Amino acid sequence: MRFKEKLPQILKPLISIMVGLSLGLLVTKIAGEDPWNVLEILVRGAFGSRYDFGMTLFYTTPLIFTGLSVAFAFHSGLFNIGAEGQLAMGALSVAAVGILFPNAPGFLAPVLGVLAAVVGGGIWGAIPGWLRARRGSHEVINTIMLNFIAAGLTSWVTLYLLKNPDSQNPETAAVAPSYLIRQFSFFDGAPVSMAFFVALMAAFVVWFILWKTVLGFEIRAVGQSESAARSAGIDAAKMRMLAMAIAGGLAGLVGVGEVMGNADRFRVGFSPGYGFTGIAVALLARNRPFAIVASALLFGALHKGASELDLETENVTRDLSLILQALVILCVSAEGVWDLAGERYKLLIKKKWIRSAPSPELAEEHYSPKV
Amino acid sequence: MKTNSWLKWASQMLLFSLIAVVTQIAFVQDSVAAQNQKMKIALVLDKGGKDDKSFNSAAYQGVMRVKREMNSFVKYVEATDDNAFEALLRAFSQKKTFDLVISIGVSQVDSVKKVAALFPDQKFAIVDGIVDAPNVRSLVFQEHEGSFLVGAIAGLTASPDSSGLIKVGFIGGMDIPLIRRFELGFAAGAEAEAKRNHHRIKVISNYIGITADSWNNPAKAKELAMAQYDSGVQVIFSAAGASNSGLFDAAEEKKKFAIGVDSNQDWVKPGRILTSMVKRVDEAVFQTCKDVSEAKFKGGAVHYGLADQGVDYTLDEYNRSLLTPAVVARVEEIKKEIISGKLQVPDYYKKRK
Repeated sequence: MRFKEKLPQILKPLISIMVGLSLGLLVTKIAGEDPWNVLEILVRGAFGSRYDFGMTLFYTTPLIFTGLSVAFAFHSGLFNIGAEGQLAMGALSVAAVGILFPNAPGFLAPVLGVLAAVVGGGIWGAIPGWLRARRGSHEVINTIMLNFIAAGLTSWVTLYLLKNPDSQNPETAAVAPSYLIRQFSFFDGAPVSMAFFVALMAAFVVWFILWKTVLGFEIRAVGQSESAARSAGIDAAKMRMLAMAIAGGLAGLVGVGEVMGNADRFRVGFSPGYGFTGIAVALLARNRPFAIVASALLFGALHKGASELDLETENVTRDLSLILQALVILCVSAEGVWDLAGERYKLLIKKKWIRSAPSPELAEEHYSPKV
Repeated sequence: MKTNSWLKWASQMLLFSLIAVVTQIAFVQDSVAAQNQKMKIALVLDKGGKDDKSFNSAAYQGVMRVKREMNSFVKYVEATDDNAFEALLRAFSQKKTFDLVISIGVSQVDSVKKVAALFPDQKFAIVDGIVDAPNVRSLVFQEHEGSFLVGAIAGLTASPDSSGLIKVGFIGGMDIPLIRRFELGFAAGAEAEAKRNHHRIKVISNYIGITADSWNNPAKAKELAMAQYDSGVQVIFSAAGASNSGLFDAAEEKKKFAIGVDSNQDWVKPGRILTSMVKRVDEAVFQTCKDVSEAKFKGGAVHYGLADQGVDYTLDEYNRSLLTPAVVARVEEIKKEIISGKLQVPDYYKKRK
């Protein structure tokens, strides 16, 4: 019974991805490419060699964090569009700690870095959480606006306080060597580090908090019905602030892989929109922590494979690869289509055109005479 | 009911027209598909992309000229993020079929360094940055020399106010050492010429911003230019990529003079643009490709300066009436002095060391 309930939840996104990919490949066909060739390039670009696979995992890591961030806020009923700003603040905090405390002992330094990432991002998430809970201003507006503030603030701190004087690029000085986490040589030079496992752990922790603790239960209760939660004695405002702070902290963890595992420094504009792709990642995974890992892998592979597309084909450029990603997101988010399909299906059962009705009451309820 | 069928009709028409447009595009693109060419060139552009009307555009035009004149195959890609450079360079190198991989911009220096070491048989070229490897040619420009020349033009053209003070302005795009190098050269040129004519001079300088968006912010450039013109500045030199158009608008409104950068921009607002400090990225790229096709490619840094017209000022039908023969003669004189080494132009890069 449980499996039967879960099956559509797993099948729906899978079918959506397939539909989206096929539509995208159809577009490449119209553009004058062989769709199978395009698919092959995409797969080869993402998983073709140890380095390619490494780059895919490298792009997957921040997407897991931002996906978890969006999902966590969503479980408390808030829509976190500010992951982009939170991750910038998190990454900058890591760099700042790495530069200001160069003498931290080797075993402590990475821990300090992780803490800085969580706190930096967390504060940036807590601000819209507080504004929503205490002042009632909408978190969508606030998180978007805070993205801009974060972009300005990180640029300013980078260029006026922590600037690398020898560089033409807007970046901070390098963090102390004790902060760096090892890259795995298996991936042939791709910057995959322990951060990937931190991401996997984060997924587990999020799942544990949300479904195995009282705190998680209260957060989810607030997300599903604020008034019900309140009458059950849950402090809804506090839960929302907490949820946003944790969401911000999760997004901030992107800084661990970027600063400690890849660039050794904070570079202004390092993120190609991880925070926004994170929304799609969470959406595709229906806010389930473990599904987010899979969905982040898909988007990471698309990002890596797509850059290869640019290079291998004549008529398909990056822009078309963006269409491909967008089509997948569109198909996954087209929830109405699924409901419509379900309705039609139930209608057919109702009219006894097909057999086996799982719950006639539901079909009755959804029957609409207009159709 | 009626609206329903109308909607249906409209959406169908929309769909058909969409299909028509898309197939048209596909058809056009098919007809330009590559055919038997000899040399293969790969171009990895900076995040600005080939249409930034400045630096990347110049490089793009350079390889397009190679494609036309040498009938070679050209593949260009734009990086999506800072981490994509290395992956793209690797992918090109791994194919082993490209004769030359060209990287544009300082942000690729680290990636080129790494990938060039991994693929010692692959030839690379990098513009604006120096990578010390036998298989990499670094194409760098003596921006301070060209800036000195246009600074001299500004200093010679601007007339002193009642107190004998000349004011010229500089607007930089993003505040980075490279643009500081333009500023220092320009200020030195203007000051030298003003002093020679016994005028006092003041150089006002502003930067649009500190991030890459500064290259594409004409509104801010215009704002800064208006403020500078209002304070008595007569000529402004701007090194700000696509933001330059804002300066030209301000020059037109205030009936003052501007100086363009990178490409020859004299034609943009004829009569208001004194000259342009051209930086021939296209020429450098073209020359490098030519060397590869003639098997003369060597690694190492190539400095393009006034001597080989890698940087220069412009004189054409759009600005001939603005520069008096006396000014042109003086500028040519300075140019000769710089080339012969008699005149040393201050270099921001050296000054910092």
